[in-house]
Amino acid sequence: MPYDKISRRDFMERTGKAAGFAAFAVGGAWMLHEPVRRPFDRKDDAPVSRDLRVAGVEDRLMIVRGEDPAKMAAAAITAFGGMSTFVQPGETVVVKPNIGWDRRPEQAANTNPGVVAEVVRQCVEAGAERVVVTDITCNDPKRCFNRSGIAAAAREAGAEVQLPQEARFREVNMGGEMLGRQDVYDIYLEADRFINLPIAKHHGLTRATLGMKNLYGILGGNRSRLHQEIHHSLVDLAAFLRPTLVIVDAWRVLLRNGPQGGSLADVEERKMLLASTEQTAIDACAGELFFDMTPDEMPWLGLAERRGLGTSVWRDIPTEEITV
Amino acid sequence: MPSSFQRYRRLRWMRRISQGFFLLLFFYLLLQTNIDALDSPDEVPEISAPVELFLELDPLVAVSTVIATHSLYRNLFLAVIIIVGTLFLGRFFCGWMCPMGTINQMIASMRSGRLKGKQRLESNRWKSYQNWKYGILAFVLGAALFGSLLIGFLDPIALLTRSMALVVLPAYNVLTHDLYSWSLYADLGPFSILLTPIAWVVHAVLIRAETVVFEQTFLILLIFIGILLANRIITRFWCRGLCPLGALLGVFSKTSILGLEKRASLCTDCNRCAMHCQGGDNPQPGLTWHQTDCHLCMNCVASCPESGIDFTFFPKREETTQKVSLTRRAVLTTAGAGVLTVPLLRAATNPDRTPDPSLVRPPGSLPEREFLSRCIRCGECMNVCPNNALHPTLMQAGAEGIWSPMLMPRIGYCEPTCVLCSQVCPTGAIDELTEEEKNWVPPAGKEETAGPPLRIGTAFYDFGRCLPWAMGKECIVCEEWCPTTPKAIYFEEAEVITREGEYLYLKRPHVDPALCVGCGACTYACPVKGAPAIYVTAVGETRNTKNRILLEQNRGRAAEER
Repeated sequence: MPYDKISRRDFMERTGKAAGFAAFAVGGAWMLHEPVRRPFDRKDDAPVSRDLRVAGVEDRLMIVRGEDPAKMAAAAITAFGGMSTFVQPGETVVVKPNIGWDRRPEQAANTNPGVVAEVVRQCVEAGAERVVVTDITCNDPKRCFNRSGIAAAAREAGAEVQLPQEARFREVNMGGEMLGRQDVYDIYLEADRFINLPIAKHHGLTRATLGMKNLYGILGGNRSRLHQEIHHSLVDLAAFLRPTLVIVDAWRVLLRNGPQGGSLADVEERKMLLASTEQTAIDACAGELFFDMTPDEMPWLGLAERRGLGTSVWRDIPTEEITV
Repeated sequence: MPSSFQRYRRLRWMRRISQGFFLLLFFYLLLQTNIDALDSPDEVPEISAPVELFLELDPLVAVSTVIATHSLYRNLFLAVIIIVGTLFLGRFFCGWMCPMGTINQMIASMRSGRLKGKQRLESNRWKSYQNWKYGILAFVLGAALFGSLLIGFLDPIALLTRSMALVVLPAYNVLTHDLYSWSLYADLGPFSILLTPIAWVVHAVLIRAETVVFEQTFLILLIFIGILLANRIITRFWCRGLCPLGALLGVFSKTSILGLEKRASLCTDCNRCAMHCQGGDNPQPGLTWHQTDCHLCMNCVASCPESGIDFTFFPKREETTQKVSLTRRAVLTTAGAGVLTVPLLRAATNPDRTPDPSLVRPPGSLPEREFLSRCIRCGECMNVCPNNALHPTLMQAGAEGIWSPMLMPRIGYCEPTCVLCSQVCPTGAIDELTEEEKNWVPPAGKEETAGPPLRIGTAFYDFGRCLPWAMGKECIVCEEWCPTTPKAIYFEEAEVITREGEYLYLKRPHVDPALCVGCGACTYACPVKGAPAIYVTAVGETRNTKNRILLEQNRGRAAEER
């Protein structure tokens, strides 16, 4: 077509369209242009921590002996004035037993299901809106939750049992000495209260895994790196998430081949349970009672003390011995 | 309008409903390839649905494993249902049941861009390429005669199961996980309230709690896409020309008593039957109908307005052939080629002769030769593995073993109490096991009486990468994860002098090969990213008495056998 046939309107339309797209391209390039790419600069990098203790509750330590794990847990909670001391109606409580391994209750690698169920029941009775029982397991979660007996017991007691879901980890800056950005399971960032329910058992690296070591189970990602500076890492975790209550199950104690065990020959029936609002003291007490360890042999205690997370001399805090 | 027309339209709808049903059933079973959440420590994790049903109904799997192994494993006898049906009715499986056929037909039926008019009519005419599938069948059965099950590459049910389980479902899984993650944490300002219902919906359609990845998926995907796209040029090209199962059923359909009867006197040569023909078998009067290529889709009779063709029992066989138009010589030559291929494949290095160190087979796997005479590469074991530990091989098991399962512990380890792969294996390449037979963790209280575990390999340290050995750092995560009792990984306490001249006490790990089962949990958990500081090789595997390091392991085994 000869160009002299083009109308003015046609000319305006065509050049207008072209100019519009051109302006869009230039403007877009201008706006999106980034002179230097710094992928590691993050604006939302403020350290996060979660202190879920109840204000005004005096730190005490309960040492319970008895013939039934559930009743022992109940007695310990009663000694604190009942679960209503810790849980108010409408709150979301996350209860974290150790469900790390595909082992049966009698192999003592996971928290006793009777203790878990009792704690859940008390939270429900105290009026908690949601009681979530979860753990980031090592073995296949379905198998761990089932074989430990915890899924069934907790569900029956009224808990919402959550198997870990990949999409629900959030990377947060813990702001610790060792631990910076870590993948944390989201429920720990949202819950109002957190009850830590470890089992006392043997561990190859730290000799014993107790309360603070149980906090491993809030992490996803490459958590096995934490072993390199295990003591500092434990304290960072303990400072990041301060529990409302810690109950250490020692109904059966795995003394060798931990933390998985497997053989009943490695398990000793201790028929005990500890409970405290003070997470350093309870680790010190459990280490001494079940593994004959002094605070010096549990270096994370001293570090925790220095960080203001409690005392490694558990006899310094009011202690009650209960037998049921 | 003749009454038969209405009847055939109803029959065509029944065929479509049947196809839909079996396609949905296929996907349902794929998604059920998993254990349910159980409620008691005493319950044994089991798969609730017959997830390998389609593979067990597949006559090609049954026939070829019978040829290769002289036995019919577990539920493979179910294929008799299809065989008997085909002997009397013809290839109803292809037209009414086969999920691969249904997907091909769906792609072929999409109207946009499909061949039209004369071109389409020409593409639907019977052509000699439709004999290729018999060649493929003869070839793979010939190989089976020599004990090598090559059918798995092209058996449509194995191919579809593999493509879906290893490529399509994982991709869906990634998509839904990304969406779910986004809906949980996105910040849309005032619109953020919309995210909650989206999260509910996406959560409801999630198929796994975690995303899974597989090796070799690109190759598997390319082949699958190629098969699907071929339908845009020739309707059901795969079914007509390549499918070895279709060929086998074609051979069985030679005795069919149901057939097409042509009434040339009623035919007006409108060619509508041929336009809609799925099998390319020449339904129109005037040409020879190929019974062995007919899928009984009923499209021809349902589109014939004149009753010029009719499906009847014991039809008049004018203008019909029930033969497969292949010479005996061609069949024998191709089968012979199949037979000869096997020694050719085995003349290359192969796991039977020189076990590839990385080829760790799932627990319960038969010795390599027998394994390859049974494995159809369906991917069921990889689909069911809770830890995403099993992956298709490329050349680790030689060309003969492409896409057979191997353990990749960097991605996932073999779950100590899990025997699901052995339970879903339709052909017994992985022999069905119980937790007690695998015996990695003896049942509580039976530690003394339990026999030796079923080993799949042995772990080794790369001391140059191991933190306590090479870098003066505490670690022993491997020891923590080691599932055996007592642990196969133990450590020595070592005094180390640091770069600054300070003394440091470290726990340095070792493997006890007499206790290691080869699960790979140590490799999986090893914090050294990239190449791990501890890796598993197949040496020490129970299934291969020659693949050993330790002398006493053999002696112990012989003692047990006595």
